[in-house]
Amino acid sequence: MELSGSQIVIEELKANGVEIAFGIPGGAIMPFYDEIMKSEFPHILTRHEQGATHMADGYARVSGKVAAVITTSGPGATNTITGLCNAQMDSSPIVAITGQVATPTIGTDAFQEADTYGCSIPVTKHNWLVKDVRELQGVVREAVRVATTGRPGPVVIDFPKDVQVAMTEYNPLEKTETALSAEPVFRIPEPDTKAIERLLEELERSEKPVIIAGAGIIKGGAAAELAEFARSAEIPVINTLLGMGGFPGSDPLFLGMPGMHGTAYANMALCECDLLINLGGRFDDRVTGKVAEFAPGATIVHVDIDAAELGKRVETDIPILADVRDVLALLNTQARKKDRQAWLGKVEAWKRDYPLQYDWDGSIKPQYVIEQIQEVSEGEGTYISGVGQHQMWAAQYLRFNEPNSWVSSGGLGTMGFGLPASIGAKVGRPDREVWLIDGDGSFSMSLVELATAATYNIPVKIAILNNNYLGMVRQWQELFFEKRYSHVHFPKSPDFAKIAEGYGVRGFDVKDVDQVRSTLEQAAEIDGPVVMNFHVNQEENVWPMVPSGAGNHEMQLGPQSTEKLT
Amino acid sequence: MPNNDQNNGDEEIHTFAVLVENKFGVLAKVASLFSARGYNIDSLCVGVTQDPSVSRITLVTSGDINILEQIRKQLSKLIDTIKVLELDDKETAERELVLIKVSAPKDKRSEVLQIVEIFRARTIDISNDALIIEVTGDEGKIGAMLELLRPYGIKEIARTGKVGLSRGAKTLKGLKN
Ligand SMILES: Cc1ncc(C[n+]2csc(CCOP(=O)(O)OP(=O)(O)O)c2C)c(N)n1
Repeated sequence: MELSGSQIVIEELKANGVEIAFGIPGGAIMPFYDEIMKSEFPHILTRHEQGATHMADGYARVSGKVAAVITTSGPGATNTITGLCNAQMDSSPIVAITGQVATPTIGTDAFQEADTYGCSIPVTKHNWLVKDVRELQGVVREAVRVATTGRPGPVVIDFPKDVQVAMTEYNPLEKTETALSAEPVFRIPEPDTKAIERLLEELERSEKPVIIAGAGIIKGGAAAELAEFARSAEIPVINTLLGMGGFPGSDPLFLGMPGMHGTAYANMALCECDLLINLGGRFDDRVTGKVAEFAPGATIVHVDIDAAELGKRVETDIPILADVRDVLALLNTQARKKDRQAWLGKVEAWKRDYPLQYDWDGSIKPQYVIEQIQEVSEGEGTYISGVGQHQMWAAQYLRFNEPNSWVSSGGLGTMGFGLPASIGAKVGRPDREVWLIDGDGSFSMSLVELATAATYNIPVKIAILNNNYLGMVRQWQELFFEKRYSHVHFPKSPDFAKIAEGYGVRGFDVKDVDQVRSTLEQAAEIDGPVVMNFHVNQEENVWPMVPSGAGNHEMQLGPQSTEKLT
Repeated sequence: MPNNDQNNGDEEIHTFAVLVENKFGVLAKVASLFSARGYNIDSLCVGVTQDPSVSRITLVTSGDINILEQIRKQLSKLIDTIKVLELDDKETAERELVLIKVSAPKDKRSEVLQIVEIFRARTIDISNDALIIEVTGDEGKIGAMLELLRPYGIKEIARTGKVGLSRGAKTLKGLKN
């Protein structure tokens, strides 16, 4: 059977489990778009290519499936760079297919030619420029496999216009060509039995163990195994920002988030533990604070599927290169119970004595809005955030009880991620209500995608915690730059409710704390996207806080607490 | 247990041999990895192997042990990488080829030619006041020769960068790790 390059890509996307694409057409991708229409491949037309990448990212994070992003050459392709980088940092799979000028014109600075291959090398797990239509079938298969296996990540297929129309023989069942790529791209190593034995010995010895559970738990489908292990061995669990949902937030062993804006009790547990088991987290600098002072008394165990993460930032006593689920399964059959009531009692007391807290002054407190979202949604939604203070409050005050119920830009901290990621998350898990907690600054960076939500009637509930500031930066300026508020104020915040109405989306403007709950309840009832502009306290700060570069023990608790930590 | 902050100990020079797929753009990926993470490339040499679908990169780099470990792991992580090996000085036959254009007016020429002979190098071009010398050897030999030629006036140098093979029957093959 003879097919065109475009037809082959569609066939292979379908055959490899890609069910939807997000994108925007343009000159160099028109033949492929023609085929998308003819084949009725599901596609969502976005308003910006960055939005398309965040949608695919959000989609993947809640569904575990991979979506395609399709753009034209040049500006269409370069607009994906931030979204690809974001996905790369947070290990989220995306298959981006970018149009390219025809092969004979590549290298001539042709109209809308950009070096997409070169630009995307540092922001992808792998990429291809396909110059020969006969390679396409193998490339698309490998692209999906690379994106989704091992440590997931984004990939780019740069797809010249002439290759889109070139014809070649196509056999759907054919094996991929080269011997090397016929091998699995990534072989998951078996957990090293010696290392597991050492871990078990350390566990028996340990009086004060603690687990840090990262996104690897979620991506590795190991939440049930983690819960079993932590509960039977009675070990408190800290979730990283991206690991939230990997362990039930309602469990008494749950300690919340570590690091810069972590809970006091998580950081105290880290400072005091004698055994730290990191399961699928990457010891980000926001988690460790000053490395030399991180978990000073602990034997450190690190389980990761990516060898390059082991020992990268924190010297590790027992590195285990494996699928975290395999390791937990082994531990669940072999770990023995040990009485650690003294340690658990201590942790419990920290939780009691140093809770997350904020005070009341009659204004709308951002933390309060988040608590109300939690109640109105009964903790059963998918929760998304932008980047900034509101993101930290969301991570602190929401209680995630299921994996894949929290989507946030962690590694790159991309403002503007929230709205498109929410749209993707709703498409990926339509059965769950999607709540976006966004900042006025972050929302402004991608609010154009309201048009996409309206067009496809994607019912995302958007709560803007509007403080008229780039709040997180303002907080740093307040604390570390003697309140010199350099370019962080938005004195003229737009009327986001009216903007929403302009897009055909229901909008609410909320200035009174008494209206918070009722607005959220109304929003939940509306069958369609909703924007709620909450005018929150403008100079609220996120506490606790570990100053950048300091050790976690130097955490400041904020004005509510008069006590100093020791 | 002690934790390390970013810098840990002395700079070391290491040579990596990397088998990669002989495909479009692979070298760009290797180079990008180094620039993105701020690693040094002291020299880099690429050529196809006995299997035309596979290229061998010999890469000399420097850094502390943590950085060298990261370089090894990051190189291994590239999808196009088939195998990474650190070449140990003692167990490796290493060579570099260097072309040296050195000043050699008539009155000095015989002295220069004597050096060429002692090092078992070759003269490949000769003109009124300069010679081009081709020398092959390990770092020690090349360093020593350059040292001796320097007083005569080295006008230009072209170096291939180091290549190396493990001594004995051991070879670098196999699938991705
Ligand atoms: C694209 C991008 N630009 C700049 C920053 C730096 N930055 C981090 S947080 C922040 C403020 C975010 O403001 P807003 O979205 O209003 O949230 P708030 O902190 O007020 O809750 C800024 C500017 C960033 N993370 N991303």
